[in-house]
Order: sequence, then C-alpha cells, then structure tokens
Amino acid sequence: MIPEPSGAPAQTMFARIWRRHSVLALEDGESLIYVDRCLIHEGSRPAFQSLDRLGKTLRCPAQVIACADHYVPTTNRERGTGGIDDPAIRQMVESLEHNARRHGCTLIGLDDPRQGILHVVAPEQGITQPGMMICGGDSHTATHGAFGALAFGIGASEVMHVMATQTLWQEMPRTMRITVNGHLAVGASAKDLILSIIARIGTGGATGHVIEYAGPGIRALSMEQRMTVCNMSIEAGARAGMIAPDDTTFEYLAGRPAAPAGALWQSALEYWRSLPGDIEAQFDREVRLEGTQIVPMASWGTSPEQCVAIGDRIPDPLRETDGARREAQARALEYMALQPNQPIAEIAVDRVFIGSCTNARIEDLREAAAVLKGRRSVLPGLVVPGSSAVKRQAEAEGLDYVFQAAGLEWRESGCSLCTGVNGADFLQPGERCASTSNRNFPGRQGPGSRTHLMSPASVAATATLGRIASVRDL
Amino acid sequence: MERFELLDAVAVPLDESNVDTDQICPARLIRAFAQPGRHEHVFLHDRRFNEDGSPKPEFILDQPAYANAQIIVAQRNFGVGSSREAAVMAVRAAGFRAIVAESFGDIFVNNCFKNGVLPIRLVANEVDALRASLHRQTGAHVAIDLAQQTVTGPDGGSYAFAIGALRKRCLLAGLDDLSLTERYADAIESFERTYRAELPWLKL
Ligand code: SF4
Repeated sequence: MIPEPSGAPAQTMFARIWRRHSVLALEDGESLIYVDRCLIHEGSRPAFQSLDRLGKTLRCPAQVIACADHYVPTTNRERGTGGIDDPAIRQMVESLEHNARRHGCTLIGLDDPRQGILHVVAPEQGITQPGMMICGGDSHTATHGAFGALAFGIGASEVMHVMATQTLWQEMPRTMRITVNGHLAVGASAKDLILSIIARIGTGGATGHVIEYAGPGIRALSMEQRMTVCNMSIEAGARAGMIAPDDTTFEYLAGRPAAPAGALWQSALEYWRSLPGDIEAQFDREVRLEGTQIVPMASWGTSPEQCVAIGDRIPDPLRETDGARREAQARALEYMALQPNQPIAEIAVDRVFIGSCTNARIEDLREAAAVLKGRRSVLPGLVVPGSSAVKRQAEAEGLDYVFQAAGLEWRESGCSLCTGVNGADFLQPGERCASTSNRNFPGRQGPGSRTHLMSPASVAATATLGRIASVRDL
Repeated sequence: MERFELLDAVAVPLDESNVDTDQICPARLIRAFAQPGRHEHVFLHDRRFNEDGSPKPEFILDQPAYANAQIIVAQRNFGVGSSREAAVMAVRAAGFRAIVAESFGDIFVNNCFKNGVLPIRLVANEVDALRASLHRQTGAHVAIDLAQQTVTGPDGGSYAFAIGALRKRCLLAGLDDLSLTERYADAIESFERTYRAELPWLKL
C-alpha cells in the first residue's frame, strides 16, 4: 500500500479506495490494483479455459463468487440442470458449476437456495461491502458501488488475470460527481432518477469516469434504490458508480451471512466510516439535478439516453442539431416502429417484464405489486425475482398471489428476459415490451425485439392499460 | 497475443453511433465462442443476416469492396454496453484489427487490448473527415502506425492518437499482461500480507 502522506490534499472516496488497493503504480500511468471480490457467471467460461490453457490456479479461490443466472431456466427448476432442454445452454450452466467446484470458488449454483442474479445475490449475502474493490465478468458490476465499493465490469481475459493474481492493471479513471438536491417526489422512483440522469448526460456522458452520487436526494434512498441507480451507471458510460456508505448501508449489512460479525463488525464499521470523501475534494466534472423534478420516465429508442417523461412526446430528429445524434434518433425510430412527435403514452405494448439486476429486488416487486393489487393486466408478462431469496420473501408477503391474480406469470429467479439467452424467455421479432431492465439495445430481448425501459411501478401501470403509462395515469 | 505494429488495410466507414455490444455480438451467440472454430458471421450478425440466415447484402460490411477490410471507422460510443469479450472476439473473427471512433465503451476498450485489436479515439471532425474520404474512394486504405501513433487516411490526412504507454508496449510486443504481472509477484505478496492483517474481515 502507498502510505497516506500527512497533510495530503482532500480526497474523493474513489481516490481513497483506489489508493488503498494500489499495489504499485507504473510511471506510464497504469496501476496494479488489488481485488477483494471477483464475481462471475456462466459467461466467464473463456476465463477458465485460458486459465487451464496456461496451467494456472486461482490465487484466492473463495474470493471468486460464481453465480448461475444468465442461462438458467425460470421454470421447471425442480429438475435442476436436467430441466434445460437445449444441450448447449445446459452446458453453460453445468460448466460454470463444474469449473467453480474444481477450482474451489464460492459457488452459488442452480440448486443453491441463495441462487439468483449475481448483482442481487452478492449484496443480499453480505458479500458486497464498503471500501472493497470488486470486479466482475459483467458490466452491471457497477451495482455494488451502492455500498461505497469501487466496482466495475471486466472482460473474460481480465477475469482470468484476477483469478490468477488477485490483481488488475488499470488506468486511473477521472471522477464525476452527480449531486441530487431535494428528495424524489411521490410516484418517482430510483429508476426514473437514473434514466433522467442518462437522458441528461448521454450514453457516453461519463465515459472514462467514476461517478460518485451525492446529495440529499441520494442519501434518502434505500439500499435497493441506490443499487438501481449505481447499476445503470454503465449506461451513462461510467467505469463505475458509487455512493458513500452511511447508516442506511450499515443497517442493511448487519447480520447478513458474509458480513463481519462481533468484534470484526466493530473494526469494519470504523473503517467504513472513514471512507466517504473529504468535503473539499475536487471532481473532474460536476453535474447537479433537482430530485423534486424527477418524473416517471420511459425509453422510446434503442439507447438508454433516448428516453422522455411519460407525459411527453418522442423527439423529432429534424429538430436535433447534432448530426450523429439526429441519425441515431432516426434509426432508433425506424427500428422501434415509432413516429416523431408521437406522445409516448400512446404507444401500445405487447408484453411486460418485471425483473433484472436493475429492478427485481424485494422493494421493486412490492412497488409493482402495489400497483397491480386488485387490477388485471391486459398484457401477458413475466415477473422474475432477482434471487431465490427475493422469491421466498415475496411469497411470504403474498406478492406472488397479486401478480398471478393480475394475470402475470410468477417465475424462478434469473436474468431471463433481460437478455434472452436462456433459450425460453425471449421476445418475438417486432414484439414490444415494457421492461424494468437496463438495456433497450436492438435485439437485446431477442432478435427484432423492441424494449421500453421503465420503473417497476410504470411497467405495472402499463400492464393494466396496455399502453405506456405511469401510476399517475391510473 | 498477436503483435500490432503497422497496419495498412482497407477501411470501412460505418456511419453509426452507439454500435453496442448486443449488436456487435448478440447475447444468444456468445456461447459460440466457448468452442473453437470460425466465427466470422457473429459480428453484427442481426444487421447482416435475416432471421432465416440469408444474408442482407445491402449492409455496408458485406459489400465486395470491403471483403478484406481490417479497419472500421465509426462515429461515437462504439462498443458500449456489456463486458462480453465475445464482442471483441467477433470483431477480430470478422477480420478487423483496428477501430477508429470518437468514443468507445470503456470495458470494450480494455477487451480490445487483450485481443490484439487497437481502438483509436479521434475527435469528431477527424473521424468525420476520415469517413468522408472513405466514402469518396470506396475500398481505399487507411494506414495505422502504432509506434508513431498516427492514422493516415486515403487523402493523405494524418491524425495523431493517444494511447497508454503500457498498452502500447504490450501491443507492439504482443505481450500479455499476465507475464508482466508475474514480475511483480513479490510486491503482490507483501501487499496482500499487510492488507489482510489490517482488514481481516475481508477474506471469504
Ligand atoms: S439481469 Fe440483465 S443486466 Fe443484469 S446481469 Fe443479468 S443479463 Fe446482465
């Protein structure tokens, strides 16, 4: 570790955590960073393959947490991997479990009661903690920044490097602070906040930066809401997004299975309280938003920045002065089969999806169920809890009943329709889906699929009206 | 990893922003890369092929003039989205070794360097000028000199680009960073010892 010089200039939380993990810094700008946790899923298979090819073993196997989530089925789970018909898909899940066992990783496989989406499971189990350097073979590793950890996604080659050395070469990113003044109004959610931020700064707005979210509007959010915000930092191009830990964080963590306990909890707490950045710390870029002005949002295009308030109209590319953005808008309208200037609330939807690492935690399901209670969905749709623990909790609260009574399908946990790779949950070409997930890229939910990103409450409202809506329309 | 020094090759102008990883390598095709084999059809698959697998020959990448293209010149936010390394593998499998754009997804950039693909960032008017010259001369070459850090278009316009010294060194030598890291084994060892002692609750 590089010792903290006395009288050092004010530091951001990011810089403090970075410094704490810096094994060494080369003169040409790259640092070797020590990693506390590495999260992987079925897609990390090439990392194991290259590890084997090089004949390497894992330096800290238990610190590598393997979750079966992307390719898992959301039905017939009593049959285990035998319930997966497609042999290639079955193999993805089986090889994760096989590799993880063989190398001694912490495995949360298909049959594990803790099973779920890696970004839901790790926080829920207390695996994610403040001050950590967490990397994952998945871009939404940014989620874990909600705990005041530095967390970001890496590719399979880098995963292999971390598995072998517990370190990673990184160029120091720049910093950006997004301050949210004023609390969110009733009816506006963390998802609406992050969609508004992305609409404002753009998909590439935070490229090369780590975002620290700050201000009263952020402090007032629950851990689950903070995770929704940090999760989509990557959709603004950010390397990572983080929120300083506070009592909300500590209360959430206390008593979780992998969280420190007893005397260690006290030392951890002391350390965690030292993490937040200094008040005078400087950021490379500052963005300010008024939380009270956030309203329900929906995406209309094929990039998360292409979203508007649910009461607004889709933009007209002819009015866009930036050439590249104009072309992107026109192409998105064509792909989405929409007209310029169309009120977004007029768009009829075919299907709904409530799930994903952005919005399938218990609070998200409660939010959607509160809207659907006593109402019928006029659209077919899936409700896929973020983890098996979330599923059990929701069932204990009777939320499964609310969803099923409304006419939606209640499934087992996994990534499911967020990315459409489990061989069963995907959209048909041209199908339009109101989704609580995080990406509306062309083909994301299946070839030719059309995705509208929204909050759980807005997706629920959309289900009951058959067109894009927010709770304010009910 | 393959070395990268000089590249003088056909460049294809792709007048698009936000060419995201789901377009570059659709999620359902990622597992193709778990097996060795030829994957040249994965890159931008759904843009290039109909649902029944028949090609959409009108897509620029598949025009005969670009059959041997090794360089892509796009607009902004190339490779945004997922951390899937399969996206870069798809680019590479389709024969490309360099991508010039205004901006890239961060993780995509890191993945490029692990796979011998050079992502080059230029400012908007430079990228636009380069694409315009490629449109004027279909099938023309662009020359990339990594040592000198320059990109030269068919009209002779030459643009300097920035790259981290370590990345440049690795790419020029075809070095992977694991061998580099292993030289610092002692530093990691001693860091780890102190770190573990100071923050004892971190070990799982
Ligand atoms: S839920 Fe979607 S975004 Fe999240 S990890 Fe799974 S596939 Fe990725």
